[in-house]
Amino acid sequence: MEKLRRTLLYVPGNNPAMIQSAGFLGADFVVFDLEDAIPINQKDSARILVKNALKSIDFNSVETMVRINSWGSGLTKKDLDSIIPSEPDIILLPKAESKEDIEKVVRCIELEEKKYNKKIPIEIFALIETPLGVINSLEIACADKRMTGLQFGAEDFTANIGTKRTKSGEELFYSRSQIILACKAKGISAIDTPFVDIDDMEGLEKETEFAKQLGFDGKAVISPLHIDVVNEIFSPDEREISWAKKVLNAFEKGEKEGKGAVSVDRKMVDAPIAARARRIIEIAKRMAI
Amino acid sequence: MTKVVKSIKKVLKLINIKDGMTISFHHHLRNGDYVMNLVLEEIAEIGVKNLTLAATGIYPIHQPLIKKMENKIITKIDTDFISGPVGEAIVNGKLEQPAIFRSRGGRARAIETKELKIDIAFIAAPSADSAGNINGVDGPSACGPLGYAIPDAHYADKVIAITDNLVDYPLFPVRIEENLVDYVVVVDKIGDAQKIMSGTTIITRDPIGLRIAKYALQVIEQSGLFKTGFSFQTGAGGISLAVADYLHKKMKEKNIIGSFALGGITKFLVDMLNEGLLKTLLNVQSFDLDAVKSVKENPQHQAISVSRYANPKAKSCAVDNLDISILGASEVDTNFNVNIVTDSNGIIIGGSGGHNDSAEGSKLTIIVTPLIRGRFPVVVDKLTTVTTPGRCIDVVVTERGIAVNPNNKEIEERLINSNLPIVPISKLKGVAYQLTGKPEPIKFYDRIVGKVEERNGKIVDYIRMLKY
Amino acid sequence: MKIIKKAQAGSLESCDIFLKVEPYDCGIEINIENGVKNRFAERIKKIIKETLKELLVENVKIDVNDKGALDCTIKARLETAVLRAC
Repeated sequence: MEKLRRTLLYVPGNNPAMIQSAGFLGADFVVFDLEDAIPINQKDSARILVKNALKSIDFNSVETMVRINSWGSGLTKKDLDSIIPSEPDIILLPKAESKEDIEKVVRCIELEEKKYNKKIPIEIFALIETPLGVINSLEIACADKRMTGLQFGAEDFTANIGTKRTKSGEELFYSRSQIILACKAKGISAIDTPFVDIDDMEGLEKETEFAKQLGFDGKAVISPLHIDVVNEIFSPDEREISWAKKVLNAFEKGEKEGKGAVSVDRKMVDAPIAARARRIIEIAKRMAI
Repeated sequence: MTKVVKSIKKVLKLINIKDGMTISFHHHLRNGDYVMNLVLEEIAEIGVKNLTLAATGIYPIHQPLIKKMENKIITKIDTDFISGPVGEAIVNGKLEQPAIFRSRGGRARAIETKELKIDIAFIAAPSADSAGNINGVDGPSACGPLGYAIPDAHYADKVIAITDNLVDYPLFPVRIEENLVDYVVVVDKIGDAQKIMSGTTIITRDPIGLRIAKYALQVIEQSGLFKTGFSFQTGAGGISLAVADYLHKKMKEKNIIGSFALGGITKFLVDMLNEGLLKTLLNVQSFDLDAVKSVKENPQHQAISVSRYANPKAKSCAVDNLDISILGASEVDTNFNVNIVTDSNGIIIGGSGGHNDSAEGSKLTIIVTPLIRGRFPVVVDKLTTVTTPGRCIDVVVTERGIAVNPNNKEIEERLINSNLPIVPISKLKGVAYQLTGKPEPIKFYDRIVGKVEERNGKIVDYIRMLKY
Repeated sequence: MKIIKKAQAGSLESCDIFLKVEPYDCGIEINIENGVKNRFAERIKKIIKETLKELLVENVKIDVNDKGALDCTIKARLETAVLRAC
């Protein structure tokens, strides 16, 4: 069953007020950040708070993710040792550049599994934010069966390639597409970079529409005020839902009659289009529309 | 002729203020009011004692009142709302007699039935003429329709206008007519109108608050009442205001024109009126300067008296014509009783204000509140203080679930069939306690320091002195 | 664990707790600011004692300023302060 992952809310891992209400802000999934939101002298504080919160707080069935520190930081092992036993749903590895980066994380999880003699079903997301990461996005997506998504990180990426971020985003177009292709080839979630101007709702809408059009499944958000806008754009609207129902009914009827394709409103509907319609209905069901 | 008297001191002598009298003030200047403090200072100098202070609202700026309580100049308070240090002083036993907490409509009823007899009404008057005609919309301290001062003006033995803007006779427009007024005193400033918009009358930016507001909007949409001609009132809290904002957008989208919005009026409601989304505003109090300006300039924005607003014993009143009210709560119990007078530490933080009135009057009453506040559960076994009875409350909306009062079968049926997270109120309570744990009970002395009344005058709870 | 130096953790933000720990000879001493007015004072003390037991700390002086922290936050902040103080 396809998980609803339209909005990924970033929550600073050292902020108890936000952590305890994270499941009730309307985001489809949340990531507790131990990396860029946390100053170096509070890394221990955040790590321990997130570890404890994951064990005791009710997150309302929202998927929980933890952004650990990257392999270059020297903090990754400490993060994993603390966090894995608390079993977040997903671990997000920033600055991922190769399948080895992912494999090292998997090995840490497997070590814990051996230690406690139980299966720990933690999935992995990779944050693609460097040129090498973009180039290797397919191998990263395929690195392990635990891989469940890639998120694009445009701020670090543009800094890395030596250009600046623009609202129109030409400098990101290729990388976004590359990441989307990698995700779709592997059948995992493609999540776009967050929109960083908290007050510019119009700009947020534009960028999110664009992300949806490119093929992203969802978008990271750094402010709870952005959640509803992004959810709405990534949700099928009434028109799409009635289209999907109509198309699926016709197609399934056609299948019964032995037809591989049918005509709906003078347009051809075959298996791929029916699959898209099915996906829309599933999402609508999840949203309980 | 002139009723102008040189000073407050002089007028107090003229009216022969005595021990044991009841004096009244309105709170239209909210936390920017100077008048109550000015008058009480002069009264303190004269040396009268054992006065009852019948103030419609007491704010942090009225902190000097505490000394008057300690010196037994004021030994009783009769009010609709207290926020700030005076509330804390009362629960610490500084007031000799129990304070009486009434609703807006309840106070109007008590005055008009002579249950609350006012000897002297001091009316802060943003504009006045020498004959005592008063309005609230002109002058440097313009603060709105003076709705809460109307019963006092009609029923007090002596009525004193205190103004910082004396104009030539005759003043126009006039809100309180000269035939009701005894004297006029001119002072430098009656208050700071910038401070009217104080405290919570700002739309919330807290994401939890906004989520609750979103849910409340959906409840309204599913209620069957959301159609052209509907009417509503929102409380002054940040979440209620966010609901008004969402309502605004939805009404525009669905082309729904409301008949009226009632109560404390803010810029949000003024904008809705100006955009043609509401036919009229019935204003008993202006919460900001835009609302002050609009009630003066726009004939569709009507000033009403508190008696017309909510007096249950009047021939009719506006709250009884309301469709929907959206109100806050400090605590709710599993019988849907609401506390709006004290916080979870037993300290006075408010008062019924219009809560009791609109909750009883409106067809649908929605409480909007986070499930926990700080570490305290909002939905609890037993309220610290009952203010509004559960029979008036239909829906409680929190970010973690929505509870419907089983005594409203129609709403229950509509909402259960919607996609909203409807849960029994006992479940909300369970979730709250699971999050926070059960706090130690508050310790009280037996001594009663406050009596809380419903709008009809029936005592619904007592406030006791805190023991540390 | 032995507390060998002063350390602090947490903050005065809403829903958080600010803890200062320091070395002490006579067992466990917990001071809660405005403790008499805090309806969760006993519960806070209980969580602190339980956590200290788990961390095998027997001697420590703790000053607490609570801003409405839930149990897991109290536990986490204490754990952080203790680790910093060892």
